[in-house]
Amino acid sequence: MGFISDTLASIGLNEFVITLMFVNAILAMSIYLTLYGGMFSLANAGFMAIGSYVSVILTQNHDWPFLPAILAGMVAAGLIAIPIGLPVLRLRDIYLAIATIGFVEITRIMILNFDKIIAEAYTRLHMESEPPKITNGPLGITGIPVETKLEYLVVTVIILSYFMIRMHRSRFGRALAAIRQDENVAASQGINVVYYKNAAFILGAMMAGLGGGFSGHLSRIIQPGSYGFGTAVDILAYSVLGGISSWYGPILGGLALTALPEVLRPLKEYTGLINGVVLLIFIAYLPGGLGDPALWRSVRRNMSRMVHLINKGKTADAGA
Amino acid sequence: MLVLKHISRQFGGLMALQNVAMHIPAGQIVGLIGPNGAGKTTLINCMTGLDHPTAGEIEFGGTPIQKKPAHRITALGMARTYQNIRLFGEMTVLENLVVAQHGLGKANLIDSLIQSPRHRRENERLRENGLQLLRRFHLEQNAEVLAGNLPYGDQRRLEMARALATNPKLILLDEPTAGMNPVETAELGEQILRMKAEGKTLMVVEHDMSLIAQVCDEIYVLNFGQIIAHGTHQEIKNNPVVVEAYLGQEEGE
Repeated sequence: MGFISDTLASIGLNEFVITLMFVNAILAMSIYLTLYGGMFSLANAGFMAIGSYVSVILTQNHDWPFLPAILAGMVAAGLIAIPIGLPVLRLRDIYLAIATIGFVEITRIMILNFDKIIAEAYTRLHMESEPPKITNGPLGITGIPVETKLEYLVVTVIILSYFMIRMHRSRFGRALAAIRQDENVAASQGINVVYYKNAAFILGAMMAGLGGGFSGHLSRIIQPGSYGFGTAVDILAYSVLGGISSWYGPILGGLALTALPEVLRPLKEYTGLINGVVLLIFIAYLPGGLGDPALWRSVRRNMSRMVHLINKGKTADAGA
Repeated sequence: MLVLKHISRQFGGLMALQNVAMHIPAGQIVGLIGPNGAGKTTLINCMTGLDHPTAGEIEFGGTPIQKKPAHRITALGMARTYQNIRLFGEMTVLENLVVAQHGLGKANLIDSLIQSPRHRRENERLRENGLQLLRRFHLEQNAEVLAGNLPYGDQRRLEMARALATNPKLILLDEPTAGMNPVETAELGEQILRMKAEGKTLMVVEHDMSLIAQVCDEIYVLNFGQIIAHGTHQEIKNNPVVVEAYLGQEEGE
């Protein structure tokens, strides 16, 4: 184990980075669920923020243990997804993307100004006591103990993977796939489109909330600025790079895209450039993503062909 | 079975359907014909809940359905096919039929997470039903083929199998013979008559008069969103209003 972690650390993947890779894998899985149902939603950065803030406030201000706190963050994200999903999921494609980015920005600004809102409410209601500081504005919450461990994340990814595999073969998953391919026909075959879209949206929000809870307890500080448009696009990029034609695609995407800038760090100012070029190459030549089953089939075919050729070479040598 | 009372559908200033009254009696095959753009597909969309009439009432088995969403109407026992084939192209042929039986199943996500007996029994039952339908339409050798890769005629037949998979009382076929050759059309007519023999009610929207003559008990003619004639095949064929709608008015000498 020591050898493996040393080798990984030597290419820039220390334990912190590896932990972050798995957090992002969870976030990538959260957006996969909505994409699987044909919904181009970027709301998950907002749900991540909610999960992160709720769980951190619970552990910091209310002395909750870590596990119940992140589960509470997950539930909070799911509950907020209910009133958001009902109106927003009536939109499709790029319009849904725009509306959900709006949600992400509103969430960020709400968190940024949360203490001011509370203070205003206190004066309006003529309350005597000092208003509490909860989200602490742009400075964020600091001094959070690092509770997220790699083991927890690996277990979570395994549980979520099991969920995804089963989901695909369930009545629920088939309904989502049908909705993705033709919403109207799905409805005509007896599928309650509104129900399934919202259910997928809420489950995705809960996964994002869980990922947020983990990420909040990873870097000692959370600030509203970490959960904006950029994060929303990052989460989408994980699933696009990994591909959404298989459940493991987003996991690979989340892992790879988080590791890439760290591995490229020795290139200093060229890091961003190479990172972008690698992404472009992937999108141009591997549109199905890293997790494309067709890609792996062809890799396996080429490998076995190579093994075959090597073996043939050996027998030829032996003959000579 | 299905009664339409004064159905109108307005798209802005355009009256796509105007005061349409129809009656589809149980156990019969009713034809709906009309020139292109007459409003036939709009009418089917209104019946199945993909669109809703701006005025009028639709009763299906005594239940008013004009405001119900599509999945509810399907649950009441209505199914349809599409003029331009709309299969789930990324699913296999069999999966298309399994997902089509969604409303007949009950298993939820938790059932599949814990692999409950309900989930397994139901999956098996739906697959078995699906295979039976495939045999009926001679598609069983293509069960594992992606629906999008099927030849055209097979896709048409799969659409019909998918409509039957919801176990409907009433089936609406929107131009089922489009793009088919005469042999395939005749075979399709046999399938339609077989459904009738099994007690299903059907409505067939068609351009192919040979199919209409083969299967329909009565015919409605739609033109510019209005029903202009109603009767048996013989009556329709000799109706001057219908002839005019299709061939245009004879010019005065």
